Amino acid sequence: MAVAHAGHGAQDTALEPQKYNYDIVRKFTVMCLIWGALGMFAGVYIASEMAYPFLNFDIPYITFGRLRPVHTGLVIFGFGGSALFATSYYVVQRTCQTRLFSDGLASFTFYGWQAVIVIMALGNILGYSQGREYAEMEWPGDLLMLVVWIAYATVFIGTLMNRKQPHIYVANWFYLAFILATAMLHLFNNLSIPVSLFGMKSYSLFAGVQDAMTQWWYGHNAVGFFLTAAFLGMMYYFVPKQANRPVYSYRLSIIHFWAIIFLYMWAGSHHLHWTAIPDWTSTLAATFSIMLLLPSWGGMINGIMTLSGAWDKLRTDPILRFLIVALSFYGMSTFEGPMMSLKEVNALSHYTDWTIGHVHSGALGWVAMITFGSLYHLIPRLWNTPMHSMKLIDLHFWLATIGVLLYITAMWISGIVAGLMWSAFDDYGNLRYAFVEAVQASHYPYIMRAMGGGLFLSGMVIMCYNVFKTVRKGSIILEGNERTDVPVGATFKELEAAAK
Amino acid sequence: MKHDNIERNLGLLVVLSMLAMSAGGMVEIVPLFFIKETVEKVEGVRPYTPLEVRGRDIYIREGCYLCHSQMIRPFRDEALRYGHYSLAAESKYDHPFQWGSKRTGPDLARVGGKYSNDWQTQHLTAPRSLVPQSVMPNYPWLKATTLDYSDIQARMSALRKAGVPYSTSPAEFDSNIKEFGADVAKSLHIPDAEKNLIAQSQLGNYDTNPDKLSEMDALVAYLQMLGTLVDFKKYDDDNFVKYR
Repeated sequence: MAVAHAGHGAQDTALEPQKYNYDIVRKFTVMCLIWGALGMFAGVYIASEMAYPFLNFDIPYITFGRLRPVHTGLVIFGFGGSALFATSYYVVQRTCQTRLFSDGLASFTFYGWQAVIVIMALGNILGYSQGREYAEMEWPGDLLMLVVWIAYATVFIGTLMNRKQPHIYVANWFYLAFILATAMLHLFNNLSIPVSLFGMKSYSLFAGVQDAMTQWWYGHNAVGFFLTAAFLGMMYYFVPKQANRPVYSYRLSIIHFWAIIFLYMWAGSHHLHWTAIPDWTSTLAATFSIMLLLPSWGGMINGIMTLSGAWDKLRTDPILRFLIVALSFYGMSTFEGPMMSLKEVNALSHYTDWTIGHVHSGALGWVAMITFGSLYHLIPRLWNTPMHSMKLIDLHFWLATIGVLLYITAMWISGIVAGLMWSAFDDYGNLRYAFVEAVQASHYPYIMRAMGGGLFLSGMVIMCYNVFKTVRKGSIILEGNERTDVPVGATFKELEAAAK
Repeated sequence: MKHDNIERNLGLLVVLSMLAMSAGGMVEIVPLFFIKETVEKVEGVRPYTPLEVRGRDIYIREGCYLCHSQMIRPFRDEALRYGHYSLAAESKYDHPFQWGSKRTGPDLARVGGKYSNDWQTQHLTAPRSLVPQSVMPNYPWLKATTLDYSDIQARMSALRKAGVPYSTSPAEFDSNIKEFGADVAKSLHIPDAEKNLIAQSQLGNYDTNPDKLSEMDALVAYLQMLGTLVDFKKYDDDNFVKYR
């Protein structure tokens, strides 16, 4: 039933339509790329608005304040979320050696999730907002998201229950923790009272201090679980696969799994240093943030050291390079984070662009890069044909890497300069600078940031093109009853001929 | 217990993960709903008037919180630039809180009364006409759009369900008089919401156009009260330290 062409990269996961549901993985993969390109475009656009405010064009729907949640929503939930659905459905089937628990429910999660993203983006553009970062979507969307999430948990846990292996593979621990944590965070952070049953507007159930603590417990752990734990699950499957080496240390994976999921939840209030929250919560959060450095680096070391004995592959394999550079950025931003959570550093960095830079060294450097690497590994296996162009993957790699570096350097400059200017005094003890002078100082860094983002976006567009060519070729094989009589390495012409 | 057992037992993995992930929130957040000192007792803090509620809605709709904080930190430079550091009590009726996380523009926690209504209206309509280096978008539609306050009672009722002491009955009204004084209590009475909203906008003339009740009226009314409720002259410098 499987295509077996020895010596080809895709043969280890050749199509097994009866056994695994790859259709759902393909769908989420395609949407991941589409939402990624759109979300990153929105990001580059709002970055440009900050450099050149005329770009707001006096149109309510595209002002910074409304497009910013569109950007975060599309990249976190559209791009990141679809990547996680795709890879988790793939990984859980492969490692449990069983088909998804329910094809129908899995299909519901696909259409449901796309509906959530559309509601989220349109709602924000039209001005419906809960006014809480990364949770701007109003209550009807939140409810739908909750239902989809319960379906997702059912499919994932159901598949784990049907596993043919006695052990649950480490990647699945991380995916599982991410699914459970996201359900919990989403539920509590979106508790609100709707104004009416037929309107979009609602008011948060909590107020002031308690609301702030809940929101940053959510916001921080959206990063900790949605954008970290889950992507570590991705790392634990795709890095060993692409490197063709076992995970470096089993013991390390156990320790850092439990440490990460326990410690992350305590660190949220470091987003609220020096605010009106009780000091003890702030101190506790800073303490746990410092401790988080250890399991974070544990994960990074486990991933990078998986390559030991195969370092030479980095020279020739751009996909592996994506994965390893992603881990390097992960290590860097999980060092920067604890440092910024120190109250003294935070006094300077908070409210500035430094925070934005930090988020993006994680989001672009870690989340997006590990996704690119994993998808480049996955796509040839899903469509049963090699990638259209390895050269374009290499080009994508360099555009992405240079883009991130430009971005975060610009934000370091802008953030640290602003932080220093705000707190500068002259010889008489007066404030040295007016606020707007710091705004002015950020102008060139903002241009540089938009350029970095633009490079990253162009890499993403190249990936879309490369995948489009690959998929068009592969789809011909998949058409009809997912024919398996065509050689994997066939040229496009041969494929077309076979399709007839 | 060997970790092997957890890896073979899905139920155990789920339960232990949930326990590990719940601890942080249970210790750091849940107590804040019960520890009284979390929010100081200060005179003057009151819920928003109907017009301010609508102004705050617009503030959230336009995503102002993405560039402006409303939380002054206890530093010397912030005291000079913005005023007394923010108290927890000052946002006790804020559903949701709007402390923000980024200052692309300045903090707004005490912007109330700092500029005239004329200035605010002009600045919101065309920021660069007053501050040439500003990167804030223009909001010309605020002054041009008539304020929709048809569901103001429903909005206040929703806030009431969330715990804001807006009154519906005479008994609640009386208790608000005791708590906030007669003038404020009147503005918190839900059945009179429309009347109060119109009266405040006419009295304040926030958008500098007395003939029109616009979204600008509501937003400027909200901005002009921010941070003005607590009279810090009444308190010693050290009074609030014990709450932190």
